[in-house]
Amino acid sequence: MPAALRWLRHNPRIAFGLLAVLLVALPFLVGAGLGRSWVRVLDFALLYAMLALGLNIVVGYAGLLDLGYIAFYALGAYLYAWLGSPHFGLHLPFWLALPLGAMLAGLFGVLLGAPTLRLRGDYLAIVTLGFGEIIRIFLNNLDAPVNITNGPQGINLIDPIHIGGLSLGQTAHVFGIQLSSPHLYYYLFLVLTLATILVAMRLQDSRIGRAWAAIREDEVAAAAMGINTRNIKLLAFAMGAMFGGLAGGLFAAFQGFISPESFNLMESIMILCMIVLGGMGNIPGVILGAVLLTVLPEALRYIGDWQRAMIGHVAVDPNDLRMLLFGLAMVVMMLYRPAGLIPSRQRKREFTAEDSVAEQEQASLYDAKA
Amino acid sequence: MSLLEAKGFKVHYGGIQAVRGVDFEVGEGELVCLIGANGAGKSSILKGLMGLVQHGGEIRFAGERLSGRPTHAIARLGLALVPEGRGIFGRLTVAENLDMGAYSRRDTAVVRSDLARVYRLFPRLAERRTQLAGTLSGGEQQMLAIGRAMMARPRLLLLDEPSMGLAPLMVQKIYQTITDIAREGVTILLVEQNAHLALQVSQRGYVMESGAMVLSGSSDLLANDPGVKAAYLGE
Repeated sequence: MPAALRWLRHNPRIAFGLLAVLLVALPFLVGAGLGRSWVRVLDFALLYAMLALGLNIVVGYAGLLDLGYIAFYALGAYLYAWLGSPHFGLHLPFWLALPLGAMLAGLFGVLLGAPTLRLRGDYLAIVTLGFGEIIRIFLNNLDAPVNITNGPQGINLIDPIHIGGLSLGQTAHVFGIQLSSPHLYYYLFLVLTLATILVAMRLQDSRIGRAWAAIREDEVAAAAMGINTRNIKLLAFAMGAMFGGLAGGLFAAFQGFISPESFNLMESIMILCMIVLGGMGNIPGVILGAVLLTVLPEALRYIGDWQRAMIGHVAVDPNDLRMLLFGLAMVVMMLYRPAGLIPSRQRKREFTAEDSVAEQEQASLYDAKA
Repeated sequence: MSLLEAKGFKVHYGGIQAVRGVDFEVGEGELVCLIGANGAGKSSILKGLMGLVQHGGEIRFAGERLSGRPTHAIARLGLALVPEGRGIFGRLTVAENLDMGAYSRRDTAVVRSDLARVYRLFPRLAERRTQLAGTLSGGEQQMLAIGRAMMARPRLLLLDEPSMGLAPLMVQKIYQTITDIAREGVTILLVEQNAHLALQVSQRGYVMESGAMVLSGSSDLLANDPGVKAAYLGE
């Protein structure tokens, strides 16, 4: 197997080709092998990958700890629902509703960013956490005096995405192949996830990306280099929020139903965990983290079945066990792979650096004498 | 006219006044030092100049008023600060750190030749260009901080305690480079606790005490001043 991998590394075109074929065939393989409900899990994995890549801009690139990220997801989802459901009787097309949701989220990203610019570290985390809760509580309570969000009941019957004449909400037949709604959404999400990856990569290597890295490392020094730290930080909040808003709109269309419950603090923490687990600042790591943390909890549902098969009844509620195992996994990760599963170049070197500074100091002293 | 001129310059942190209305100037091409004991307000002056702390009074740099400008705008006017404790970007490589120094510049061809110049000044940095800055030794980090500031091609280089926490031989080496940089025509304002060293390399100096300038003059004169000798040179 390693030999095959090495061979692929030297033949990137073939590797990409195989990966592309695998990604296209994946929902069929998963559907046939694990059952149709798993295609939905795949869809969610892609949604979370988009979310995590967005949060990674804020946390991984710019180093701003945001614990209220789910609020942007919520805003995108609700805007999509308002513009495409019987709730207000509006039925705008997705190519209008999705970008508007991303823009609304981006705007709120700036609104959140502006007053928090002077805050760092823990303080920023607390304020963003509060922001996330404020949005959720607003969504929960804005059903009176004017019914905007429909309160805890949420908004139902949200329009699925229509592309041309094709509704992604219904089973379609393309070239004689039967594609269910989760299959159709899978391909849409796949395309958008790839686009997100592309944007994230370009951002990281751009002038803005370098400015983010500088601010993350030392804000005062960054300002002294001529970086407008205020604007660059706001930009990080806005860019991250836009990805969140976009994913939110997709979520609303895919589910057909949203309620404030979907956007609680636990979700924000989950997305942050995806980044930390996978490898902060590193795109493949973040995607792996998102996929793992979406798939694993689903897989752990089977624990109930195993128990029944082995001892005849369910002794431990799978839901309790899931969180226990999840917590355990995080602790083990932090102990053995603190930089994440696939760490970024910088963090990897930071954690494994063979830097005997004392030795170097000696060397430099010698240098000075010479 | 001087490159930098400060009149009635004050810095305060909340209610505490760190610098109490001082006057000083730095002429084009000069190496001026600012010496004084710990807490005299030397670093506060540099932070104030860069707009990093609240300040009052009148500062003019090349005829432009600095007061009220944000730090990044001041940097773009041509001031570069090598902060106390170096402020290097630890998880970026040496090369990336130097690259950040030229962040506001568009003249890529000149930037490339400036990079070569920095590597000439500090061959050590060239050897370690792909290494993470955080893994460098203290002296190398100081070299990197100075090199990074040079990448901005500053009209005025502000150095905050470049000798702090370094082994004596490394201090010698850093000071040698500072003199080299000054000889190339870069104007430098040097803040230093090590009065002996600072007066050796500079042309003029100011002596600070509890937020006020108590003495100023040519470095030779200051080095021979009985008060300075007693208080700062330990003679």
